[in-house]
Amino acid sequence: MSFYGLVDGSEKSLVQFLDQLSGVDQVGAESRAAMLATRSIKTTSKKWAIETAISMVDLTTLEGADTPGKVRALCSKAVRPDPTDPTVPSVGAICVYNDMVEIARTHLDSIGGKHVPVAAVSTAFPSGRASMEVKIQDTQDAISAGAAEIDMVIDRGAFLAGKYGLVFDEIVKIRDVCGEKAHLKVIFETGELVTYDNVRKASYLAMLAGADFIKTSTGKVAPAATPPVVLVMLEAVRDFYTLTQRRIGVKPAGGIRTTKDAIKQLVLVNETAGPEWLTPQLFRIGASALLNDLLMQRMKMSDGYYASPNYVTID
Amino acid sequence: MTFEYAPAPESRAIVSIKPKYGHFINGSFVAGKKHFPTINPATEEILSHIALGGVSDVDKAVAAAQKAYTKTWSKLSGKERGKYLYRIARILQERAREFAVLETLDNGKPIRETRDIDIPLVAAHFFYHAGWADKLDYAGLGHSPQPYGVAGQIIPWNFPLLMLAWKVAPALATGNTVVLKPAETTSLTALLFAEVCQQAELPDGVVNIVTGDGSTGAAIVNHPGIHKIAFTGSTDVGKKIARAIASTDKKATLELGGKGANIVFDDAPVDEAVEGIVNGIFFNQGHVCCAGSRLILQESIADEVIEKLKVRMSKIRVGDPLDKNTDLGAINSKEQLVKIKELSAIGDAEGAQRWSPKCNLSDKGFWFAPTIFTGVTQAHRIAQEEIFGPVLSVLTFRTPQEAIDKANNTPFGLSAGIWSEKGSRIFWASQHLKAGVIWANTFNKFDPASPFGGYKESGWGREGGKHGLAAYLKTGKETGAK
Repeated sequence: MSFYGLVDGSEKSLVQFLDQLSGVDQVGAESRAAMLATRSIKTTSKKWAIETAISMVDLTTLEGADTPGKVRALCSKAVRPDPTDPTVPSVGAICVYNDMVEIARTHLDSIGGKHVPVAAVSTAFPSGRASMEVKIQDTQDAISAGAAEIDMVIDRGAFLAGKYGLVFDEIVKIRDVCGEKAHLKVIFETGELVTYDNVRKASYLAMLAGADFIKTSTGKVAPAATPPVVLVMLEAVRDFYTLTQRRIGVKPAGGIRTTKDAIKQLVLVNETAGPEWLTPQLFRIGASALLNDLLMQRMKMSDGYYASPNYVTID
Repeated sequence: MTFEYAPAPESRAIVSIKPKYGHFINGSFVAGKKHFPTINPATEEILSHIALGGVSDVDKAVAAAQKAYTKTWSKLSGKERGKYLYRIARILQERAREFAVLETLDNGKPIRETRDIDIPLVAAHFFYHAGWADKLDYAGLGHSPQPYGVAGQIIPWNFPLLMLAWKVAPALATGNTVVLKPAETTSLTALLFAEVCQQAELPDGVVNIVTGDGSTGAAIVNHPGIHKIAFTGSTDVGKKIARAIASTDKKATLELGGKGANIVFDDAPVDEAVEGIVNGIFFNQGHVCCAGSRLILQESIADEVIEKLKVRMSKIRVGDPLDKNTDLGAINSKEQLVKIKELSAIGDAEGAQRWSPKCNLSDKGFWFAPTIFTGVTQAHRIAQEEIFGPVLSVLTFRTPQEAIDKANNTPFGLSAGIWSEKGSRIFWASQHLKAGVIWANTFNKFDPASPFGGYKESGWGREGGKHGLAAYLKTGKETGAK
């Protein structure tokens, strides 16, 4: 077996590859992210950024209390985020638990939302603590129910124990299940990996194993998609492209609630991975509350004043 | 699909610049005789006219400083002096935006830098030294250290207000009074600082500011009423000052040029090292005496680092210094631009390979694209001479000892940087580098508590921290105590 001609999938080849990666200096990475957060995005560029961010939102509901009704409501919002303004783009995807995939897919299709994909969180999300058989079955279920994107979690316990081969094999197996039918996003739960060195290693591990996207967090653990974590992941996809000529996407998720946060993320993308990544095919933002703030800021830019939250729909 | 950042200019409405300025002597502004224009280097717009101080102006300023020293300032307790410094620090913070905009207009450096670095550090220097004012007996400098009297201070144009703070804050905290001359091209923030002294009700004559050129500076250096000289600027002028005071009992601190080595080992955190290289040489348009102007790369990672550096350099935003997204502003003066161009042309002639990203530089004002020279060796003039602009010379090494040898093979010794993830290597390298300031896995970081200064032709003495206090105080037998 060969993965991009870089590793053969054995524990030894993985350790060798990960060991030759340069370390991340924590202070330096954090100060670079903080500097980029000072970029001032105004007028026409702000309008462009807001619309682009809307098209990148993976509109998410991942609650024990989710019901078909709630999911259908979210689907309507995903297709037409602002019902009064058809020029607002649809979001990047709907992200739901496994058992809600079919409901979401059917409803989206029935309301003119065929273009909005359904992403399913999979592999015993959010902890990933289940047998491989269960994780595979979980993924197969989601795909047969119509999921076009699979958001899997890695086994953080195995990663922290240094069992990179195990983590890698799981991703490869889920990649096989996805086949051509579904895009694979690999969630690291960076709040549990803690160090930037780990984030960089996990990024390469997932990319080598066949991920289409690397994703920061489940949204269930804080801190989640902090700017320096996203910076390190964007550096990884940039450098992986140099190595392999393949562009891997990045999805920050968790903690991005305001337009300001979202624009900071786009600036990070623009100045780190580069403008080629500024498309929903290569950058998504996992969020729920964010969408309404983007809509309110968009209204403010055209009307000149902040509307009451009652002027945007809650779901 | 591109993400262009729309212009985001900081408003200049907050500053009001008078058409003409005089000197600040004995607590008030006094008219000058001759004037010269000061311009915005980004546009060549004339901002104001600055008085050209002569010997008689310096006489008056020194007399005012002497009187203030004898009558008021030396009579105050350290605690009382500290109160004035705290007050100045707070006013500087309150008026930070105004100072930032004015500094950017007069100097050409980006507003992001004046707003986030220069002005906050200025306030920090006053706060830090305010704290020392009543604790000098416990600074480890012996029993009851004493001020010299009147300090003559001559500052450069690269960090106009910050260099003022580095000079004025320790002088006042230690009980000296001051005659200060800002640089010819950047007097405006010093003159605004004079207003802050008035606002803080600092006793008349404690701070005096005489504007002018080199001749004004010489009048200060040669004035018999000055007891201590503090100078930051070129090594050439520093040598002249050293000669001028050689037969006097004047004390001096000289903070002069540099050709800082930024050493990147093969175990460095590469992405952060690239940031540090950019910050080392392109911060403040490279107008930094401690700039990391020589990049010394381990040969095994040289190609990778240079490739990443070029990608990163192509993201540097060059343009309107008042735009909040500008990373690299204008070169401070036509004279400096000529010097940068000349030395860069020598780099070409000596066979080094020049590279710059594509930049749209304005026809008005003074601009130079961020530039690197690869294939540079110790025998190149661009590896030896201070360019004082956004121009980086890249050299390589094979073994750690070779890196140290190259780094130290310079008449200067101000700063150095070490990039390695290996702690033992950082300690080893920093012990062997002959430089006054050594940064590990960072560059161009400043703090008022940290002493700053150079070896060899980079100067005498230290500024900042406890060492900086010592430069303004007589200690031991000097105080006349038995």
